[in-house]
Amino acid sequence: MTDNPNQALVDLHINPDLARQILAGFIRSELFRVGIHKAILGLSGGVDSALACVLAVEALGPGNVVAVRMPYRTSSQESLDHANMVADKLGIDTLTIPITEMADALIARCPEMDNTRRGNIMARCRMIVLYDLSAEHHGLVVGTGNKTEILLGYSTLFGDSACALNPLGDLYKTQVRQLSRDLGVPEVIVAKPPTADLFTGQTDEGDLGYTYASVDPLLYLLVDERYSIPDCIAAGYEQGFVERVVERIRRNQFKRMLPPIAKLTNRTVGYDFLYLRDWGT
Amino acid sequence: MLPPTLLYSHFYWLINTTYRRAGGMRYNSKMTEIHISLAQINTVLGDLSANLKKHMEYIDQAVKKAADLIVFPELSLTGYVLQDLAPTVACKPLANDPVFGPLIEASRKIDIVVGFVDEDDRHRFYISQAYLSRGQVAHVHHKVYLPTYGLFDEGRFFAWGDEIRAFDTRFGRVGMLICEDFWHASPPYLLWLDGADLLLFSSASPGRGLTREPRLESARWVEHINRAYASLFTSFVVHTNRVGYEDGLHFWGGSTIFNPDGGLVAQAPYHEEALVLATVDLGCLHRTRARLPLLRDERTSLVNAELNRIVNKG
Repeated sequence: MTDNPNQALVDLHINPDLARQILAGFIRSELFRVGIHKAILGLSGGVDSALACVLAVEALGPGNVVAVRMPYRTSSQESLDHANMVADKLGIDTLTIPITEMADALIARCPEMDNTRRGNIMARCRMIVLYDLSAEHHGLVVGTGNKTEILLGYSTLFGDSACALNPLGDLYKTQVRQLSRDLGVPEVIVAKPPTADLFTGQTDEGDLGYTYASVDPLLYLLVDERYSIPDCIAAGYEQGFVERVVERIRRNQFKRMLPPIAKLTNRTVGYDFLYLRDWGT
Repeated sequence: MLPPTLLYSHFYWLINTTYRRAGGMRYNSKMTEIHISLAQINTVLGDLSANLKKHMEYIDQAVKKAADLIVFPELSLTGYVLQDLAPTVACKPLANDPVFGPLIEASRKIDIVVGFVDEDDRHRFYISQAYLSRGQVAHVHHKVYLPTYGLFDEGRFFAWGDEIRAFDTRFGRVGMLICEDFWHASPPYLLWLDGADLLLFSSASPGRGLTREPRLESARWVEHINRAYASLFTSFVVHTNRVGYEDGLHFWGGSTIFNPDGGLVAQAPYHEEALVLATVDLGCLHRTRARLPLLRDERTSLVNAELNRIVNKG
């Protein structure tokens, strides 16, 4: 099911120099235009945050990137080591702020809660730490969510998806991996199975039920090339797989939007009060 | 924000000192060359005074380099994704307007093409490009094609222009178009038939289409069609695109000048501010059209008859 016989039809390869230039420029622009020179970034030990960190350092210099490791007691030592590996390579200091105490204070109220609830609590604890550091260091939180995650809704609302700007959000996971390799992220980090590391043995691909390598070309056809479901099936994708992915994209639209406001007046934020965030800058 | 860099085209070689005075004007009706500067700037979204200040700095630099003409990008005085800012940044191309006053005054030293939001007497708002020369407003073009698809939403906020007209300048007859205007083939074609030999295009083109190639698909497309217009219309095609970011959109720059042979005369760098100076040799029009009489042979009556048939057949 997940082996895509037509994968060769989709070329997700991107030009690394052009991507780096545009994305580092984006980080620089979004910070400098509001008088901010520091980025706050959660460094998990995974490839997404490693790449975001590389781009932030390129944009701002190593002295202006505050990278923080936020382990929970079940987090793997390997994740912490890999975060250090990235920081050492980039010449940046890391902070370590464990979230065990704050997460467990809530989890203890309901010890039988499932892994999804626990994971969401951890992701939201990390968000609180990052936004507190944002205030402390006068920096903006740089997001690490990629296009695959955003489309599939594989994130915690107001948790790991919370950020001030997101340089990776238009790159599929496959492209994050390629760009990471091209920009020198250690191979051990790029090659390992992606994991949210919310509980022992968790992997993204285990949670999703398919691999990034199989779903990214399908997402590209559906989203970028506007293929219909029959078009995708005709292109060699298994019907059930296509339908599951399409439904997952639809069901997670709420994670990609601000909450809807009930319209009452003639001019309502979100509907007919329309300005870019960069208004005036 | 990157400091402006000053680049010289390697074609910047034909300087006829008998015609030229630094910072001055040339009124010779038989000009054989034009020194064009492409002002590839970033803008502050919705801040007219900050943008005007940058315009005056670039104009000053261009005058010091003895340029005859400076071309700014689309909406260069306002920024691009204006949305509800559109009515608040509108201005009038009049000498007593606080924004246009200094620009019109500066046009006594150099011809200026500038992008702005024009509010007409009945309070319709247009994406506009003004040509200023000799202390006068020589022409204002209202964008006739407002992209309202994909990432674009211009039709929601702006009125559609309804004229495509060439106009006379001290360099000969000129036509101006704004971004989506020249994604359609008919506006450049009409300007060509209306006598324009120098096409001045301005854009705020958001970059999109990242592939394995070193150039974005949007850049490839725009350069491709501008080279094609220069070749098909045996005319000069000058294109100034902006740079910088507005939220997640980035503008890729890469401003160009193509000659009537479709040859690249000058190109600004991608992604960074620049003031590029290049010399356009108007003698190229004579040589190319002597060799390739596409304009002479263009059958406008046939086009007109067929267009009438096509338009009226339903």
